[in-house]
Amino acid sequence: MDLSYTDEENAFREEVRAFLDEKLPKEMAAKVREGGDLTKEDMDQWHTILNDQGWLAQNWPKEFGGAEWNAVQRHIWEVEAAAAHAPRIVPFGLGMLAPVLQKFGSKEQQDYWLPRILTGEDWWCQGYSEPGAGSDLASLKTSAIKNDAGTHYIVNGQKTWTTLGQHANMIFCLVRTDKDAKQQEGISFLLIDMDTPGVEVRPIILLDGTHEVNEVWFTDVEVPVENLVGEENKGWTYAKYLLTHERTNIAGVGSSKAGLTAVKRIARAELSGGRPLIENPHFAARVAQVEMDLMAMSTSALRIISKAAAGGAPGLEASMLKVKGSIIRQEINDLARRAAGTYAMPFASEAIEGSNAALPDPLAAGPVAAQYFNNRKLSIFGGSNEIQRGIIAKVTMSGGA
Amino acid sequence: MNFDLTEERQMLQDSLRRYLRDKYDTATRNAILDSDTGMSSDIWNGLAELGIIGALFTEDEGGFGGAGFDLAVVFEELGRAGVVEPMLDSAVLAGGLIADLGNDDQKSHLETLIGGGLQLALAHGEPSSRYDYTRVDTTAVTKGDDIILNGRKAVVVNAEAADMLVVSAREEGAVSEEDGISLFLIPKDRAGLTVQGYALLAGGRAAEVTLDDVIARDADRLGAAGKGYAALEGRIAAANVALCAETLGAMESAVALTREYLMTRKQFGRPIGTFQALAHRFSDLLIEMEQSRSAVINAAGHLETARPEREKQVSAAKNLLGRAGRLVAEEAIQMHGGIAMTQEYELAHIAKRIVMADHRFGDTDHHLERFIKLSAA
Repeated sequence: MDLSYTDEENAFREEVRAFLDEKLPKEMAAKVREGGDLTKEDMDQWHTILNDQGWLAQNWPKEFGGAEWNAVQRHIWEVEAAAAHAPRIVPFGLGMLAPVLQKFGSKEQQDYWLPRILTGEDWWCQGYSEPGAGSDLASLKTSAIKNDAGTHYIVNGQKTWTTLGQHANMIFCLVRTDKDAKQQEGISFLLIDMDTPGVEVRPIILLDGTHEVNEVWFTDVEVPVENLVGEENKGWTYAKYLLTHERTNIAGVGSSKAGLTAVKRIARAELSGGRPLIENPHFAARVAQVEMDLMAMSTSALRIISKAAAGGAPGLEASMLKVKGSIIRQEINDLARRAAGTYAMPFASEAIEGSNAALPDPLAAGPVAAQYFNNRKLSIFGGSNEIQRGIIAKVTMSGGA
Repeated sequence: MNFDLTEERQMLQDSLRRYLRDKYDTATRNAILDSDTGMSSDIWNGLAELGIIGALFTEDEGGFGGAGFDLAVVFEELGRAGVVEPMLDSAVLAGGLIADLGNDDQKSHLETLIGGGLQLALAHGEPSSRYDYTRVDTTAVTKGDDIILNGRKAVVVNAEAADMLVVSAREEGAVSEEDGISLFLIPKDRAGLTVQGYALLAGGRAAEVTLDDVIARDADRLGAAGKGYAALEGRIAAANVALCAETLGAMESAVALTREYLMTRKQFGRPIGTFQALAHRFSDLLIEMEQSRSAVINAAGHLETARPEREKQVSAAKNLLGRAGRLVAEEAIQMHGGIAMTQEYELAHIAKRIVMADHRFGDTDHHLERFIKLSAA
């Protein structure tokens, strides 16, 4: 047991800081800090900068061109990148699909798709949720039926909450290939080119005014059988594997630390009764409590990731981190909203005609109320907190932990 | 960064857990709780033989451990089993202060302590000091060769059993100043020292200690005159790490008992753990266990760092364990229902232990306020 960073780890932190200082474009960091919307070009540019450094695919094994960072390195990156207001790495291809391909994909699929993820040639999105299949994902209905020649699947159905699908040219989908099998057993994992005729993407505008998610419709879409990952009807296994990868970073330690720093900054500038808000005992108590929770969770995240790196599956613990991590981040969002006082109210939205004029923001707090509402998603996506609690209880009480 | 126990600490944990599983069941503890002394000398000697007291001291001090993580390992197991013997008071607090400040004569007591042959207590808190550990009204006035102590010490845990007391008294300065506090190692039978004992809700015994013209000598002083506070604060930090670890262990037991109960207790024809209202609340307890474990690791891992960071981490842990502990204790009782209200059921003592730990060395609110002050500094 040793909480101090080794010389090597400290040197790595310095390397990360120097890199961020030198290579993260200043205007991009400013945009992230102010809560502005990043364009596809912004994200592509950041990915390219990271890829040139060899730091884009941080979790990938070296044999696939990854950085193969350990738990502590990833933690250091997460905290430093968030503190420097770097954009988040878009995870769908890099963090979600890639591990599945590396574990279950064919050699041909690995050789073809993985390099294209690194170069940004393909932008992936995730086709899991459906209007009738949210928490009960296995009830999904999008069907994929092989044509008579056996060369293609014909896909029909609808996916929803497809994050950044408007930028994507590829989507990995869970589809039903056997209607008669038990729910989980008739599902397959399919890669679909979104330029194929019959694929239609429709925007969903979220309550904070952002276009972050989409509906994706499939009407008689022809998908070559080569695009099936692994075996037919084994897709649920791959999806579960993907979900554990999706959740290893779900604690959001870096984002929460950066968010807490912002809360303190706003609360030092905002006055309450003529004194800085940060000195208000009630406000200070809430800030302190969430800070202490975050200190503990930060160590939990490191412990759990270390264990996972040593070969243990971060199943239950990932669920616990997901719940706690989202509660902490949402509390920080709430504090930021309150700290900004009345200036939390002005609203800029992509959906409101002509609302792109600069808003009054004397504290430079950014769109804290919009972020508060946007981050209500944290306890809903990736398996809602109620689903996670159900999993934790069920596994623990079946003698599994 | 490394989150694995060293081989030595793993062995320490294994042997202590095994010993307590064999020797310290509910019936045994309940008999100890009902006894006059509130402790078992057999258990105390057994723990000493096992090397548990030695594990709380460094090699220089005559032990073989003494780091924050040694304390955490030992006290987590003591808490898990609900051990009421005064390890915290004899070893971590009074013994620790002797190790920090004692001259060679005074330090010679440590060997006896580590061997199980000595009981000690720290007489520091006072009726009006609450959790403010710089607040010392007890006076030490020098007259010729005598140093005359007068004052009253509150809820001195293990005072009755103690052979000697570490007593704090102010030699100079205002009532809440750090400077001016001295520590004295006084045999309990010294004239003018009276001990009025009572049992404690969560096990063990304590006493109100009155010092009425107690005469001490220079040789009784621990360390330099008026300079006792730094060591005192350091050992209180260690005691808080120990208390947090002990609370964590007790919480583990409470959660394990609750899990067992939810899986076996049937109502409406099915195990009550299958009801979502209980299952979700149970999973919240498990989440808070992870938080608590991390908070203990953070505090234990910073016990040897410089004062400001050490104290901040300690306050963070004590606050978090206070909150999580209360949740676990209350929810464990609620989810058990009536059976948890009975004295003879294991959970009763465990729950009391968790909640009452909040009353030693600063409660949840105290450490919240302290964390805010330390963060602003």
